[in-house]
Amino acid sequence: MAAIRKRVMALGVVLACVVLAMAGFTIFAWRSEIAPVATPAAASFDSAIVARGAKLAAAGFCLGCHTGPQGKAYAGGLPLVTAFGTVYSTNITPDPGTGIGNWSLQAFDRAMHQGVARDGSHLFPAFPYDHFTKVSDDDVRAIYAYLMTQPAVSQAPTPDTLPFPLNVRLLQAGWKLLFFKEGRFQTTADQDAEWNRGAYLADGLSHCSACHSPRNALGAEKTGIDARFAGADIDGWFAPALTAANTSPVPWSARELHDYLRDGGTAYHGVAAGPMSEVVHQGYALLDDGDVRAVAAYIASINGSADRKADVRQIVGDELAKSRYDTRQSNDHGANIYTAACAACHYNPTSGAQRLRPELGLKSSIGAADPTNLVQVIVHGIGVKDGLAGLMMPAFGAGLSDDDIAAVANYLRTSRTTLPPWSNVPAVVARVRSGKAT
Amino acid sequence: MTTFTLNGKTLSAEVPDDMPLLWVIRETANLTGTKFGCGIGLCGACTVHVEGRATRSCITPVSLVAGAAITTIEGLSSDNSHPLQKAWVACQVPQCGYCQSGQIMQAAAMLKDIAQPSDADIDGVMSGNLCRCMAYVRIRRAIKIAALELHAGVAAPGAIDLPAAPPAVEADPHA
Repeated sequence: MAAIRKRVMALGVVLACVVLAMAGFTIFAWRSEIAPVATPAAASFDSAIVARGAKLAAAGFCLGCHTGPQGKAYAGGLPLVTAFGTVYSTNITPDPGTGIGNWSLQAFDRAMHQGVARDGSHLFPAFPYDHFTKVSDDDVRAIYAYLMTQPAVSQAPTPDTLPFPLNVRLLQAGWKLLFFKEGRFQTTADQDAEWNRGAYLADGLSHCSACHSPRNALGAEKTGIDARFAGADIDGWFAPALTAANTSPVPWSARELHDYLRDGGTAYHGVAAGPMSEVVHQGYALLDDGDVRAVAAYIASINGSADRKADVRQIVGDELAKSRYDTRQSNDHGANIYTAACAACHYNPTSGAQRLRPELGLKSSIGAADPTNLVQVIVHGIGVKDGLAGLMMPAFGAGLSDDDIAAVANYLRTSRTTLPPWSNVPAVVARVRSGKAT
Repeated sequence: MTTFTLNGKTLSAEVPDDMPLLWVIRETANLTGTKFGCGIGLCGACTVHVEGRATRSCITPVSLVAGAAITTIEGLSSDNSHPLQKAWVACQVPQCGYCQSGQIMQAAAMLKDIAQPSDADIDGVMSGNLCRCMAYVRIRRAIKIAALELHAGVAAPGAIDLPAAPPAVEADPHA
């Protein structure tokens, strides 16, 4: 009897601990609702602040994620496919019923800085509040003013498809405990004002590392020195490394980065396609040039390009020589495809590589460990609105077989670099054709 | 719906996003100078200009050219007076003629980048434009004549010396 009583008591203690722990976690995780407000009138916002907010919203690419396919601006509904399930972006128009029309500035500020919705529920980190927490109170106020003066759209949010228990928002507090540290941007004293401005934008609003850094098993960005900005899979593309590990032959200098972020491409680097297209064309193209310059200076400091003693003229000359016409019939199927399908556009005079005639040996996609980006471009092409303005490439996926694409990709790989051919191109082509992310 | 400019006129096509540009040009705009050849981007017969650059329209989904300026062979000049068109007539380039609008559009784009193309330039850039009548020798000559007129501003191809035609039989290096 005594033994049973002891066991019951032990069980009781364990249960009490569990209940206490759950209660403690709930108290820790609980966030109160912030009272709804009447939608502030658009006229109540200072137009100069609204204009500043428009640029800041562009720097944060709010539009890209918060607009569904063929949907109304900022009305949400874009599916964000994650390893855990699909999360749909929310309506951030000032509609009081389905958007953020009844959110006070205080509620908006808490969402940006702490990842908590007006009703007190924790937001999923698909919304990059881990970056937005760095944004200054003043800038958050300007973005709020901008969003509150946009057209209200009544569009109910699409339910997420996260399985239990991942869909329990209270548990997100645990994720935050592990991976989130609230705090505004801190300047680095031994760097100049331009670098600090660039770091503020790139690490805060623009959340560059959200795509360009690999994530751990729980979906948090890896922050180790070897992992941060080391490149990562994103939406069926590969976001290249922003570090010295980047594979493009010409270094990404601050000037090259500036021109790329401004225009969507340069003569010596690839074009902004896939998810990067909207970063440029709905984002950085709208910013003050000084801000683009600042981000370029910051990223250039990460990749060490200033220390790379590269002779750009020599590198470009070498690539031009490699791509010099070879129209002899070849036993290499890829070479023949290249001559027939690619060389009609991808040619350059000996005088130099032209911006609108991409010299393929200069592109990071040819030297990348994975052929994903090259295959994406071959299969789907590049529209006039992506990449460099006015430049387009047809969708060769409509004409070339998987084997053709594998052959031409590996012809480029082996003729332009000293790297071994890719072994997985047909599988990547099949994946890219299916539209699946991974 | 996709809207773009075709030979200077705005065209709004109520067609699926993935319809090839060539279909829209031939079936919606009824401009049949641009030809359907292989349908897989490997023969050049469907070549048009997108923002001034030669593009295979048979594998270009129309959605990719939203907002762009497209030029077809009908829009290359208003009165067939483009130097390439004049040189084409002067050299009597076409035999069956099926590939020629694509050849001319490809060559017109090339001459903007390479003012005086060598034989290697022409072969390198134009190898994707097939001619089953094997009129390649005349195509090369016509391109060089047009390049001279564009470069020197010479009015009529008849007024200049034609570059020497290649010998009928290449010299045998082992002879």
